[in-house]
Amino acid sequence: MIIQALAFYLFAFVAVAAGVLVIASRNPVHSVLFLILAFFNGAGLFVLLGAEFLAMILVIVYVGAVAVLFLFVVMMLDINFVELRSGFLQYLPIGGLVGFILLAELLVVVGGWVIVPEATSVAAAPIPPIDQVTNTEAIGRLIYTKYIYLFQASGLVLLVAMIGAIVLTLRSRAGVRRQKISDQVARRPGEAIEVVKVTTGSGI
Amino acid sequence: MTELPDMLAAGPEIFLAVMGMVLMMVGVFSSEKRALGIVSGLAVASLVVTLASVVWMADGRIVAFSGLFLTDSFAVFMKTLVLLGAVLVLIMSENYIQREGMARFEFPVLVIYATVGMMMMISANDLISLYIGLELQSLSLYVLAAFQRDRGRSSEAGLKYFVLGALSSCLLLYGCSLIYGFTGTTQFEALAVLFTGKESAASPGLVVGIVFLSAGLAFKVSAVPFHMWTPDVYEGAPTPVTAFFAVAPKIAAIALFLRVMLEPFGGLIDEWRQIIVLISVASMVLGAFAAVAQRNIKRLMAYSSIGHVGYALVGLASGSEAGLRGVLIYMAIYLVMNVGAFACILCMQINGRMVEQIDDLAGSAKSHPMMALGILVFMFSLAGIPPMAGFFGKFFIFTAAIEAELYTLAIIGVVSSVVGAFYYLRIVKIVYFDDLLEPFDKPIGRSLGTIMTLSGVVTILFFLYPAPILDSASIAAAALFPG
Repeated sequence: MIIQALAFYLFAFVAVAAGVLVIASRNPVHSVLFLILAFFNGAGLFVLLGAEFLAMILVIVYVGAVAVLFLFVVMMLDINFVELRSGFLQYLPIGGLVGFILLAELLVVVGGWVIVPEATSVAAAPIPPIDQVTNTEAIGRLIYTKYIYLFQASGLVLLVAMIGAIVLTLRSRAGVRRQKISDQVARRPGEAIEVVKVTTGSGI
Repeated sequence: MTELPDMLAAGPEIFLAVMGMVLMMVGVFSSEKRALGIVSGLAVASLVVTLASVVWMADGRIVAFSGLFLTDSFAVFMKTLVLLGAVLVLIMSENYIQREGMARFEFPVLVIYATVGMMMMISANDLISLYIGLELQSLSLYVLAAFQRDRGRSSEAGLKYFVLGALSSCLLLYGCSLIYGFTGTTQFEALAVLFTGKESAASPGLVVGIVFLSAGLAFKVSAVPFHMWTPDVYEGAPTPVTAFFAVAPKIAAIALFLRVMLEPFGGLIDEWRQIIVLISVASMVLGAFAAVAQRNIKRLMAYSSIGHVGYALVGLASGSEAGLRGVLIYMAIYLVMNVGAFACILCMQINGRMVEQIDDLAGSAKSHPMMALGILVFMFSLAGIPPMAGFFGKFFIFTAAIEAELYTLAIIGVVSSVVGAFYYLRIVKIVYFDDLLEPFDKPIGRSLGTIMTLSGVVTILFFLYPAPILDSASIAAAALFPG
């Protein structure tokens, strides 16, 4: 238990610290790197909760795709972040208000659980208890049996999105020199090399 | 567990989705010039096979995939209409897409996936499967609207449709989440059990949820006040795509609207009837008056379709089996009339260039007597003049409204259809009595001619032998009103 608690405090502290540094650091590339650190610590917290599937998803999707995408955007677009931050104080009241509303909503949700303890049983997921199957297996069972129809249909939606992106943006340009591997392989030394006997003291 | 019988119930959908993937492979591996021809031929064939299997497998009410999916005779009727619409539009569009520089084989593939989405919408038995089906359909349609990507108007239509469609999906999802929050279930049967036989089962939150849900659905059927996108998208999209928009998605969305309102929320009819009455009146009136000022025939068809959705919603507002039967008959006739009318619009080209102004039709009766006759028949039918089929569609709906004691609604409907008759008849007047300026190209192509003739014959002769449509509509309507 001690190790678990220690791990929790380590992950939680680093996550919060990294979150603060995302906002505070001057260099946007550092911000994104701190964001990745925060994601990794969040994944660690998920593992402590026994939600290893979510932890892996967080690492693969958020770190692997989203954060790296951010990094590319930050590096490729020359955005002046100091200028962006100039109105910080001006928008502080609105930001504070949004934060306050979010806090109030969190309190309402948690307060509901405290006042009506049965509410958690309604919200419980329709899967077997965690000590019988791992949650990856439980999600897999649901997705591939009960919700197979929705799972496959979502796949179709993504397929259509892919076709759409290709239809609307792909253009075949003239004059592009594509690599033709078969031509390269079929090439013989005789076609490519010409042996010239050069007499000493004169050029070709 | 998902077992084979579950798969069988969704057999037509699975077949069509797989065929879409096969056709993409065929398109990629066949030579660039012939790809479109091969793929659209195969697409028409697979849609026809799907249609046959939908009709052949029709076998009472089957719930599959642990309650997410359902087929019944209502679904079979609506799927038949949607598939017919898709097949006819694909056949009509072949010439156009070859000519207008949009000859890419993805066109039929996207039509197939839009159709799969529509079939999923029609068969939805759960709020989640409803949403997924709707998204599959809408996403394909956004791309189809922007298919002529080098033309500004087409891209504009696609973008407008996408942004507003995303907004409406948000409304719909918000409504779904409220309904789930206040009832604890997303399944239609469970929702229906909650609301039957209880006088005041609806909490205010639930009613708000239903309002959001119906706003999202009203957007998809383009009912006023959620119609703003329709004229722009119809005008900007390539004409065959407009024809597709006007028939298949509209029928599918109406089917979804009917099922959602009558099956899970049938017990709450007193709560939602006023919403439906309001949007129905607004659609009928706006469809009638706004179309008068239009100069572009595609915009005119957009307003006409808004008006027709208004009439269809009258049947829903009556909330009875007779009303539902009226809507089903109306949608079947609407499909035939609109396909015919768009076949005529696709003939409008001068020197190989498409024209879309109503004035371009002037005097075309002298150069194209058969096309002019087609326009005459379809416009009379859209206006609802007996003995054309369109009259009977309106007749059954207004009878149902009067039986449900919605007298005001029926009167407004009749008055606005008289106003609407003005602009339909004005087109006939321009075609027959104005002077010919520039004749349209000849010949119009065999597939367009055949479709025009077929739908014209059905429209004229419907009153002689209406039994097939009327009977299957009765059976389909009975499926949503058991007992």
